[in-house]
Amino acid sequence: MSDYNFAYLDEQTKRMIRRAILKGLAIPGYQVPFASREMPMPYGWGTGGVQVTAACLTPDDTLKVIDQGADDTTNAVSIRRFFEKTAAVGVTQATTQASVIQTRHRIPEEPLNEDQILVYQVPIPEPLRFLEPRETETRKMHALEEYGLIHVKLFEDISQHGQIATAYAYPVKVEGRYVMDPSPIPRFDNPKMEMAAIQLFGAGREQRIYAIPPYTQVVSLDFDDYPFEASKAEGACALCAADHTYLDEVIVDDDGGRMFVCSDTDYCESRRQAGHVGAQGTPMGKDAA
Amino acid sequence: MYVAVKGGEKAIDAAHDWLAEVRRGDPAVAELSLAQIREQMSLAVDRVMSEGSLFDPDLAALAIKQSRGDLIEAIFLIRAYRTTLPRFGASRPVETDTMQCQRRISATFKDVPGGQILGPTFDYTHRLLDFKLAAEGGSPETPTQDTPDLAAERKPHVMDFLNKDGLIETAEATDDTPPDLTREPLELPANRALRLQNLTRADEGFLLGLAYSTQRGYARNHAFVGELRIGKVAIEMDIPELGFSIEIGEITVTECETVNQFKGSKTEPPQFTRGYGLVFGQCERKAISMALVDRALRWNELGEDFAGAPAQDEEFVLSHSDNIQATGFLEHIKLPHYVDFQSELELIRSIRTAATAQADTRLAAE
Repeated sequence: MSDYNFAYLDEQTKRMIRRAILKGLAIPGYQVPFASREMPMPYGWGTGGVQVTAACLTPDDTLKVIDQGADDTTNAVSIRRFFEKTAAVGVTQATTQASVIQTRHRIPEEPLNEDQILVYQVPIPEPLRFLEPRETETRKMHALEEYGLIHVKLFEDISQHGQIATAYAYPVKVEGRYVMDPSPIPRFDNPKMEMAAIQLFGAGREQRIYAIPPYTQVVSLDFDDYPFEASKAEGACALCAADHTYLDEVIVDDDGGRMFVCSDTDYCESRRQAGHVGAQGTPMGKDAA
Repeated sequence: MYVAVKGGEKAIDAAHDWLAEVRRGDPAVAELSLAQIREQMSLAVDRVMSEGSLFDPDLAALAIKQSRGDLIEAIFLIRAYRTTLPRFGASRPVETDTMQCQRRISATFKDVPGGQILGPTFDYTHRLLDFKLAAEGGSPETPTQDTPDLAAERKPHVMDFLNKDGLIETAEATDDTPPDLTREPLELPANRALRLQNLTRADEGFLLGLAYSTQRGYARNHAFVGELRIGKVAIEMDIPELGFSIEIGEITVTECETVNQFKGSKTEPPQFTRGYGLVFGQCERKAISMALVDRALRWNELGEDFAGAPAQDEEFVLSHSDNIQATGFLEHIKLPHYVDFQSELELIRSIRTAATAQADTRLAAE
């Protein structure tokens, strides 16, 4: 791939993206417009995240890519390969060993540290989009801190369903100012967003970058009498017995029998390495890979 | 024992191998050459160049071959390649009145200085399958007549004749550098130059549908094709070291100017107004559609009413016109979403539990 620059994008483009990232970090939760490029993978496949990652990577970085919490989902594989090829960086599946983690739809279970960057792929960066389709309007609403509409929506949820009926992409308020879409992570992950690592959000098709600096206050919207709840499936992981992780439901037979397993495959595996065994798991011996 | 699904890497490799195989098709059938695609699928090549925003017939032919004839996929390949190219400057505006026309028609005047040239058009063909082509008919028997003198002649724009009488709005010349949405994020409201850039890259089908909707009454703008011309134009570039501009090449473009009826508004006198379309290659349908949509989007500057029609709605049109963005986002729903789906499952279960409990209490109370 010597025909292309390090990490695919040319240096001018990376500089432009870095400027947007720095602006985003300076105004936490604010959506910075940037001149998103066509990438060699389709819009909607994580082109925003890929551009942000490309702008952050240095040759010494170690990259981890997850989709739905797993390192081996096809699109995570494809993006990881893209950077192996174009940037020749080291890659890992271990959360603790990665310096840059690109993710789609999950935050790793293992708490991140100050030396790490978490890059989110974002489909629709605008938390108000499905209440107001026009960008010209929503930008005004953010500028005026006019967030009544979204509270009305949450209130209507409660009056209709008895609870807030948003399961993922649950809106947050960052550092008391901007309402932000956390990308379609399950609301279980929302409390993790107050973390030590830098969080960067890239929306390629919608041409927006936003960011949360380390240790920034991130509050999931709620009401005093209906406080936010980080929900997940009841029970424990069938493989590693964890009862504090986000679980995927897997259909295992034709009768619709099901089991629950950790969505974070690296976390699950390290627990099993450490000797935790779930109801349907087998101990991970040296020969039972 | 359940084992989590692994093997994404293997699956991708196998899928790519399979794709390569079906792309080639039956190996007993001769392989297509790029020259064959470029010469015999030239309108497909033109569409790929126009929506890919890169004038290079050979690369467009390669993209069509690689994409198995899926033109949006081919456009995507071209766009992804184009974005990596360095920019070393900008050309001077092309002078379309010096175009070497292979086709030039006006629907508003029976004859115009410079003449009407029908050119290679499907317009008056009868759409009957030509089975001689199935028998590999070879080359046409009578060579096409040369039209060198016609082509060489300078052809003034038909619209300029109307302009002399003040019957049509003047399109003011400007030396402002137009915005470039491949280098700056699209911000709204957009000016006309930016809208036109968006439209010329836009999906042909999307523009066709929008333009058609204006004809059927959703912001009708009464368009006549004042002039449609297709041909080669010279690309000139200023070379600072030389102090003058030099011709660096030629490209084929299609230009459409529409004359639109206009009864006048609070701010503008009654006069004809303009819609404009310009696209790479021979893409007539696209150029005409572009001109109609351009005109529809100009309601605000002409002081017309917003009729609430999709074709008038700048944000709606500009945000949804790009087929690479559209197809990517549409098709991404094929990607795994099981984490989100799981959270929805939990939510619906919990709402259902609450609802059933309520119903039970009501039943017990009755």
